[in-house]
Amino acid sequence: MNAIDSYLTPDGRTIGAPVMEMKNITLRFGGVVAIKDISFDIREGEIRAIIGPNGAGKSSMLNVMNGFYHPQEGEVHFRGEKRGPMRPHQIAHQGIARTFQNIALFKGMSTLDNIMTGRLTHMKTGMLSQIKWWGAAQREETANRELVEKIIDFLEIQTIRKTPVGRLPYGLQKRVELGRALAAEPKLLLLDEPMAGMNVEEKEDMSRFILDVNDEFGTTIALIEHDMGVVMDIADRVVVMDYGKKIGDGTPEEVRTNQDVIDAYLGVAHD
Amino acid sequence: MSANFYFGVEVFLNGLMAGVMYSLVALGFVLIFKASGIFNYAQGVMALFAALTLVGFQNGQIPFAHLINAIFGTDLHHFGWHMPAFLAILCALGVMILFAFLVERYILKHLVNQEPIILFMATIGLAYFMEGFGDLMWGSDIKKLDVGIPQGGNIWLEENTAFLGGEDFYGFYLDNLDIWATVLAAILVTSLVLFSQYTKTGRALRAVADDHQAALSVGISLRSIWVIVWSIAGFVALVAGIMWGSKSGVQFSLSLIALKALPVLMLGGFTSIPGAIIGGLIIGVGEKMFEFLIGAPFLGGATENWFAYMLALLFLVFRPQGLFGEKIIERV
Amino acid sequence: MIYREAGDFKTSYAKDQQTFPIAFDRWGYFITLAFAFLVVPFIINDYWINAVVLPFLIYAIAAIGLNILTGYCGQVSLGSGGFMAVGAYAAYKLMTGFPDLNIVFVIFLSGGVTALVGMLFGLPSLRIKGFYLAVATLAAQFFLVWLFNKVPWFYNYSASGQISAPERSIFGYAVTGANALPAVSYLFCLCFVVILAWAARNLTRGANGRKWMAIRDMDIAAEIIGVNPLKTKLTAFGVSSFYIGIAGAMLFAVYLGAAEVGEAFGISKSFLILFMVIIGGLGSIFGSFAGAAFMVLMPVLLKNVMVGQLGWPTDMAAHFEFVIVGGLIVLFLIVEPHGLAQLWRLAKEKLRLWPFPH
Repeated sequence: MNAIDSYLTPDGRTIGAPVMEMKNITLRFGGVVAIKDISFDIREGEIRAIIGPNGAGKSSMLNVMNGFYHPQEGEVHFRGEKRGPMRPHQIAHQGIARTFQNIALFKGMSTLDNIMTGRLTHMKTGMLSQIKWWGAAQREETANRELVEKIIDFLEIQTIRKTPVGRLPYGLQKRVELGRALAAEPKLLLLDEPMAGMNVEEKEDMSRFILDVNDEFGTTIALIEHDMGVVMDIADRVVVMDYGKKIGDGTPEEVRTNQDVIDAYLGVAHD
Repeated sequence: MSANFYFGVEVFLNGLMAGVMYSLVALGFVLIFKASGIFNYAQGVMALFAALTLVGFQNGQIPFAHLINAIFGTDLHHFGWHMPAFLAILCALGVMILFAFLVERYILKHLVNQEPIILFMATIGLAYFMEGFGDLMWGSDIKKLDVGIPQGGNIWLEENTAFLGGEDFYGFYLDNLDIWATVLAAILVTSLVLFSQYTKTGRALRAVADDHQAALSVGISLRSIWVIVWSIAGFVALVAGIMWGSKSGVQFSLSLIALKALPVLMLGGFTSIPGAIIGGLIIGVGEKMFEFLIGAPFLGGATENWFAYMLALLFLVFRPQGLFGEKIIERV
Repeated sequence: MIYREAGDFKTSYAKDQQTFPIAFDRWGYFITLAFAFLVVPFIINDYWINAVVLPFLIYAIAAIGLNILTGYCGQVSLGSGGFMAVGAYAAYKLMTGFPDLNIVFVIFLSGGVTALVGMLFGLPSLRIKGFYLAVATLAAQFFLVWLFNKVPWFYNYSASGQISAPERSIFGYAVTGANALPAVSYLFCLCFVVILAWAARNLTRGANGRKWMAIRDMDIAAEIIGVNPLKTKLTAFGVSSFYIGIAGAMLFAVYLGAAEVGEAFGISKSFLILFMVIIGGLGSIFGSFAGAAFMVLMPVLLKNVMVGQLGWPTDMAAHFEFVIVGGLIVLFLIVEPHGLAQLWRLAKEKLRLWPFPH
């Protein structure tokens, strides 16, 4: 890691080499261009935000990052290696976890089981020892349970451990979903509008959790968010998208003063 | 041309006719699926039930006669009158409308917003219920259905095509009933399309099919739409029941034949009326030709039992959206 | 106040994960098992064995199998009858082809064969979902029944087209064939049921079960968190068919003794198993037992009351059965989609607090 590859944040954390690099990504659905020739990187330990008006292609970008969509052009590099044709579940095994804009929890399962599903990429016992249960399978289950219990403590959701997630209020579901992503101990965590639909208090809680995750576990985070205030507060660097194109990239301060960004948000007519 | 070739053509034509029958049942599925997102497994049993009711009215059977006899020790059978076919059809239609109303009132209302697969299983339950209920009401013996549609081979066609082949070819054999079914199906489809395009109710139906929430928000009553749709499906079932019933008698196997409408739909797509028709024709022709060319000579016959399902299965693996569906873009 | 969990503290995660977390349940389970093994064989008579107990045990295995596929992994199958036929015919071919092979192996191998067939028909599940898949499994049902009907090799070219089980025994006691004692058949089935239910419980409680349930609840999200959809669905099809195949083999070899495919393993069998699962409770091993018991007992009960007591004709009782089963399916789906198992759970919740209202 050479010196040019890292930078220091205002609050004194060292940001390292790129974890993920998006190079000239273009994504089309039939004739519709959702993402047009976008490049940026996400560095070790940073909180990277992607912002932009509705329909700018942010969620599509996240879907490209975790392999749900395959871009027609461009390359995705993860931890120094170019990504070949892969299925989303293989990418999850590489260490990318995410949450969803519209909560995608497993409704028939309890909070605990939902977060335990996050550990699936780490659980390796075969079917025969599962059938036997006593021995390897039980040991693995218990070991992973301990880690999940730490996450449950961290997110302060001990009391809803055994509640079916379908019964939980919206804010708590979002938290459980974050827990499931954290349980995977990801190298890169993608958050799709983690604060959408929350009130100020819930947003503050969620912001705190995101900062703590980054701080305590050193997790690299990329997030999409609408609330500019929140983004400016927690993000280290920001990518701004509009109509599938990148119109700004830099620290919150730089982005805030970027004329293109101001135009996009205040709605200057496009030619 | 050899007689075998002409025989093949005849099989093809008969396949088309059988396909029309499948299409008729499939049409009922599509109507309900479009309007309520319900995959109505009971459509076949509805056809059976409608046919049973029709025969019952025609012959003046007393409903639940067996049950009443068993409980009270009486010996009831018939009212002793014969209803004209037309009147009986109207009465049977009335029963199907009543049935639609009851289904909405006691089942659909309680299952709003459930997952499609739950609704599907509910209609399996409904099918079982109706089957038992129909048998209790009208008895389970095989009944002859005759509403005056001409039956038997079409002699005109046979005589006028005999010259095509050699000595051992006697002309194409097509059943009059099948020809009638084709004509009726064409009329039915045309009138359904006109109904949905040019009437206010039709427009409401299409709105509901497109988006339940949006339809609700502009003041369309979902519940009355469902009653209407199930009534129409009941009517289609009645027509299908008359056709199938005239052909092979009103009996339990009617509902199994109707099962064939399912692969038809998988081919044609669940939401497309032309899809249902064309899918039905493909299945009808396909299974008859397969049996003729491969099944009977090489596989021991009776391949019609599974051909339609296998075709649909293989087809779906390569084109999950069906013939006429649009490519599905998955979102998260 | 007897049924309670207060004071029953869990001091380790392993204890928290056990099958019966409440001591009272645990004891109830052991007592039931002991009763089934030590008492029932001595008091049971032929009528009960043949009308109720054997079908219950065998269908319970099939219901567990379908429940794994439908209740846990969310893939509805209407092909159970066809898969049971695979188990039965595999057992027949193994028994007649390898006369020295122990019947226990025969039955497990039949399950294995069925698992392979099930996985083959499960392959399309990657591309097609929901009721599309349900209809696609009808292809398995109709094709398999046709196959066993049309290819004489499967029934050893017998003139009747039937298959019949030769006598096989364990420890000198006949299990199949005409000389099998009811108590022996019963114990034989019971052993299979206990082992298979225990295995199913273990498969569903841990990582494996969570993969299935993740696919069931939201397949796209499951794939994104790292669940391989094809592998997971195929294991579900495989394990499920293994159970259903074993049930088919036992239904043929131990219970029926002789079978004709269309009659014994037709589409109505597929629906019977599906109904057991729905009424018993989707996604519950206990529910599979409850559903099997219900669907086996109800016709017997109806027949006894209507035909035996009221003197009605037999076919009317059969029609009533259709009406009642159909009505119950709809009722359960409306009121309690989780079936008898959930009702049992709710009853226990109440009992936990009894006699206090809260």
